Amino acid sequence: MIETLFSNLAIFVLSLLVGFEVISKIPSTLHTPMMSGANAIHGVVIAGAIVTASLANSPAGYILTFIAAALAAANVFGGYVVTDRMLRMFTKPTPARTLTKEDAS
Amino acid sequence: MTGTAFIVGSAYLLAAVLFVVGLHQMRAPSTARRGNLVSATGMAIAIVATVVFALIDSGGQLVAWVALVLGLAVGGAFGVIRARTVKMTDIPQLVSLFNAVGGGAAAAVALADFVLHITGGTLPLTASIPIALDVLIGSVTFSGSLIAAGKLQGVISGKPITFPGSRILNIAVVVIALASAVLFVFNTHSLVLVLVILAASLIFGVLMVLPIGGADAPVIVSLLNALTGLAVAMAGFAIDNQAMIIAGALVGAAGTILTLQMAKAMNRSVMSIVLGGFGTADSSAGGGPVDADLTNIRQVTADDVAIQLAYAQHVMIVPGYGLAAAQAQHEAADLAKLLTDHGIDVKYAIHPVAGRMPGHMNVLLAEANVPYTQMLQLDEANAAFDTCDIALVIGANDVCNPDARKPGNPVSGMPILDVDHAKSVVVLKRSMSPGYAGIGNPLFSDPKTGMYFADAKKGLADVILAVKEYVSA
Repeated sequence: MIETLFSNLAIFVLSLLVGFEVISKIPSTLHTPMMSGANAIHGVVIAGAIVTASLANSPAGYILTFIAAALAAANVFGGYVVTDRMLRMFTKPTPARTLTKEDAS
Repeated sequence: MTGTAFIVGSAYLLAAVLFVVGLHQMRAPSTARRGNLVSATGMAIAIVATVVFALIDSGGQLVAWVALVLGLAVGGAFGVIRARTVKMTDIPQLVSLFNAVGGGAAAAVALADFVLHITGGTLPLTASIPIALDVLIGSVTFSGSLIAAGKLQGVISGKPITFPGSRILNIAVVVIALASAVLFVFNTHSLVLVLVILAASLIFGVLMVLPIGGADAPVIVSLLNALTGLAVAMAGFAIDNQAMIIAGALVGAAGTILTLQMAKAMNRSVMSIVLGGFGTADSSAGGGPVDADLTNIRQVTADDVAIQLAYAQHVMIVPGYGLAAAQAQHEAADLAKLLTDHGIDVKYAIHPVAGRMPGHMNVLLAEANVPYTQMLQLDEANAAFDTCDIALVIGANDVCNPDARKPGNPVSGMPILDVDHAKSVVVLKRSMSPGYAGIGNPLFSDPKTGMYFADAKKGLADVILAVKEYVSA
């Protein structure tokens, strides 16, 4: 038990440090999509909903499984889709107009 | 270690690597979309691995699996439909809503784990402490994010809401939530204590966000986002799931950094925003409009603006909250395109906090097909204002208030766009009402500034019509 706790704690603390390090400087251009993208990642709670389903053995457990699954699914699927919608607009190729202009000159 | 555990462990490790790489790639516009897809791939791997492990390891009841599938279908459909149909101007409240459900899901997982053990032996501290923390944090972010979404949506007043005794009530609710959490840790069979933690935390989430002004709401949403990450990590501790611990901690840390950077860009401290919610807010934030002094300003019409634009060489568009609120990003882009086609150089000067939350304006303009090479960030824009013939300010106020360079006022020290360095300025605004800071803006009474009073969408449409007269002639 205590070994599990400490290996989990080590993972937790190291992940926190990685999180601080990997993000450090974000251009303000991307603050909104970044927030939305990070939001989608905590949708990993869906794994918790799955584990809950595999263990549930009472009506209360079934209801909580349903609630956890519905909320987590909205978080994870909605989160990734909306982030992708935003970022797709950022990476759109520049309009052909600029190209034709250069070609003409 | 069994074979399944080995495979699941490896899958979780791979998912964790993909989350980190994805987050890292999201720091630059060119790789950001790929980063999000990398992170989504990690999520898919984590989900499949969990399903396989759950089926092999414990099997479970058919009813529970049906409940899971039903829940996933309902929630997934809701999330995807909202995500695909939301207007880009409404992004902030949708992010807040998705954050709320994440917190709610984390709390539900902990509650389910509690229910599972309620008839069994006493839970060890390694399970009871995370369960208590998860229910506490998850519930606070659930109700708090819902209120923040309501404020951003306009369903709940964006003004700080306070009432007599709210501060004492706040403290009382926090004490009750914490005290019952501590009691629960040593008394893991008590349903009453769990329900008290749940109720008190939900109430605290509401009370914490209600007094926060609408303009500060994005910072709170970001902070709650970080907290949801921690709640998910706690849920991971409770059910011993490493994917949840890793991803939760990543989001907790990344969200914290993002919150600090957002607050800095808005010239606010996170402490003052949160504590502002506890009844110490400065009254100016929610103050009424200052009486408009129209004597010193020069009013212009759509036609005047059109002449200036049609005969300029370098035009700088400065979009602000008013443009986002009026959803006039397409009109702004149309005007810019009209001018560019006529050989005029048009750029956008984008303040870090223009729009409804940091970075939101870039999303809105990208939606209107503005290439991001035309969007200048603060420093680039300020270098370009000196050679700019006309700066067209659309619904922006505080972000171009020259008083920020002077000490002793609410915007002092805030990084601003040097709009007053342009050769001439046109401010398109509905009225003289002050911005969030609640102070007047000397830019508006500058002799080289023309004030064009109109709704951003309607006003720009009129300017486009007028410009067409000049450029086609």
